[in-house]
Amino acid sequence: MTEAVEMKVSDEIAISIQNMNKWYGTFHVLRDIDLTVYRGERIVICGPSGSGKSTLIRCINALEEHQKGRIEVDGTMLSSDIKNIDKIRREVGMVFQHFNLFPHLTILENCTLAPIWVRKIPKKTAEETAMHFLKKVKIPEQADKYPGQLSGGQQQRVAIARSLCMRPRIMLFDEPTSALDPEMIKEVLDTMIELAEEGMTMLCVTHEMGFARQVANRVIFMDEGQIVEQNEPEEFFKNPKSPRTKLFLSQILGH
Amino acid sequence: MSDTHAESVAFVRETAIPPALPPATVSGPVKWMRDNLFPTWANGLLTVAALYIIYLILSSSLPWLLGGIWNAESLAQCREILQGNSAACFAVLSERWNQLLFGFKYPPELYWRPTLAFVLLFIAAAPVLFFDLPRKLLIFTGIYPFLAYWLIWGGTILTPLIALLGVVVGYLVFNRFVKGSFAAGMFGGVAAALVVWILGGMVFSGADLFSLRSVSSRDLGGFMLNMMLGITCVSLSVPIGIALALGRQSDLPIVKYICVVFIEFIRGVPLITLLFVASVMLSYFFPPERTVDLFLRVVIMITMFSSAYIAEVIRGGLAALPKGQYEAADSLGLDYPQAMRLIILPQALKISIPGIVNIAVGLFKDTTLVSVITLFDIVGMIRGPILASTDWNGVYWELFMFASVLFFIVCYSISQYSQWLERRLATDHR
Ligand SMILES: Nc1ncnc2c1ncn2[C@@H]1O[C@H](COP(=O)(O)OP(=O)(O)OP(=O)(O)O)[C@@H](O)[C@H]1O
Ligand SMILES: [Mg+2]
Repeated sequence: MTEAVEMKVSDEIAISIQNMNKWYGTFHVLRDIDLTVYRGERIVICGPSGSGKSTLIRCINALEEHQKGRIEVDGTMLSSDIKNIDKIRREVGMVFQHFNLFPHLTILENCTLAPIWVRKIPKKTAEETAMHFLKKVKIPEQADKYPGQLSGGQQQRVAIARSLCMRPRIMLFDEPTSALDPEMIKEVLDTMIELAEEGMTMLCVTHEMGFARQVANRVIFMDEGQIVEQNEPEEFFKNPKSPRTKLFLSQILGH
Repeated sequence: MSDTHAESVAFVRETAIPPALPPATVSGPVKWMRDNLFPTWANGLLTVAALYIIYLILSSSLPWLLGGIWNAESLAQCREILQGNSAACFAVLSERWNQLLFGFKYPPELYWRPTLAFVLLFIAAAPVLFFDLPRKLLIFTGIYPFLAYWLIWGGTILTPLIALLGVVVGYLVFNRFVKGSFAAGMFGGVAAALVVWILGGMVFSGADLFSLRSVSSRDLGGFMLNMMLGITCVSLSVPIGIALALGRQSDLPIVKYICVVFIEFIRGVPLITLLFVASVMLSYFFPPERTVDLFLRVVIMITMFSSAYIAEVIRGGLAALPKGQYEAADSLGLDYPQAMRLIILPQALKISIPGIVNIAVGLFKDTTLVSVITLFDIVGMIRGPILASTDWNGVYWELFMFASVLFFIVCYSISQYSQWLERRLATDHR
């Protein structure tokens, strides 16, 4: 688990967030967020509970609306224009903490639904693509089962495959392993590591520091709705600059 | 285990014990009776008491039922045959069979038309109820309402054809514009359908193609009327209920409040008052020469009533879905109609099946309320023409029992179907 993934960061900008602010009512959740993600970058976001990590990545695919500042994904400006939102959502895959598979559809149907209806791909091709990605996450034999019949780790891998079937250019992960039992965490992380090795642009909210060390190009620490510190993983873990980062790291690595 | 019983002697079994039958007291009918009928003294007493009550009921009702008279001209003749014995006089059913089923004004030589419509109903309903059947059958389902209208009411076939044409054109226009925006599609579709209907009405007025003898709504009656009202209103109120439930969740305040006000108003009013409005009040609003058909007015009222209830049931189903389902659908790029149709509604409707069926069954039985506004449905027939006739004055039990049996058969089938459907759709494997 120690060999570092080859760094392959381009100059092409995948996501650019400038001076972004968000409020829930009067509660200022995200404050002056500036973040540029280059194509092929793997970014891990960490921070204490309630610091706004989920909110930040959910703003990127417009599951949450931001009130100030600009977000550009793949050159498309995120505004209230439905067309832009749909365009961005087609390019950005998302994996949730609680999988959110569709329980009334089989695993295969879960994976082919969006390609067929959103990308208008013929059913046959969509099924081939789906089987390809199910093989990749190592559960092709479960294709005809329903989500309720799978273990948590398997469900999360299906969720990853489902996103990949849309051939996204960017993947967002919101604590993909924190609802899983320890023995299942590894199988999901392995899938994500493989994805990273293929050069997928990834933003990942996680507290799996081993994963961050191995895969990330950059670790971002958030607190109270602000980006407090960002650095390469080596530096970030060895020499945290801000006292809040130090405190956080000592809490999660300390015991 | 062994360390807590350190003193126990080590033991290894060397011969296997062959399996044996259990003693008679722990299996077989004796055991079953002991477990289920006489487990304790008190339960044994209850069993005996229950058996005695069942005996009492059967011993008085069975002879009455089995000894029933099926052939007689009138109640008086029945009594003559019975000579003081107490038994049912089912002769009223055989003598008034057609009236009970079709009402007393539907022309007897045309009974085959509603009967044919009834038989075709099963073919039309099959692909909707059993979705494993080939989807092509749905084409017939789409045609069926117009065909059934033509069969039951008669008149020229042009009327239902133009109606069907309007619906098809409206749908095509809707499909064409809905990509732009839902509102454009909706208005375009409705406008196109109206144009077809009005033009068709002008061009073909007085034309007389494939004309069947026409029957007016006033002449419909009997159980046929209950079935027609029940089926029409259920099939209309489910989609309207879905639309109301979604409208109630809408982000657009106007849509939302229209739906809320409609639902709350309709739920706050008894059905019977709505029916009186349909029968009396509406004719004040329309000029006498353009009055809306009474059957249609009643359908509108019952549909409004039950769609408000169905909307609330479906809203419960929608609320039961985790927010993550909406988010997953959004994050995959599905738009609102797709997310609703493919992800949200299939799950919400599945949760709502028992509630919807509950309302459908209730609605079907409530169709007997139309007897109050002088429509001769089965209850109207019994209370009016049949019981009022000198021949059959006084045969309450047999007639109302017959009506109950008919309703029970339909309602029980609906309930069985819904249970099958729930099992068929169970994919959550909890
Ligand atoms: N829909 C909402 N309405 C109001 N406040 C919200 C809403 N969602 C989140 N919040 C608040 O916004 C803040 C940031 O929430 P967020 O979910 O982004 O935190 P997080 O960093 O992901 O935390 P965790 O590690 O617990 O997932 C929290 O204080 C939370 O209470
Ligand atoms: Mg979170």
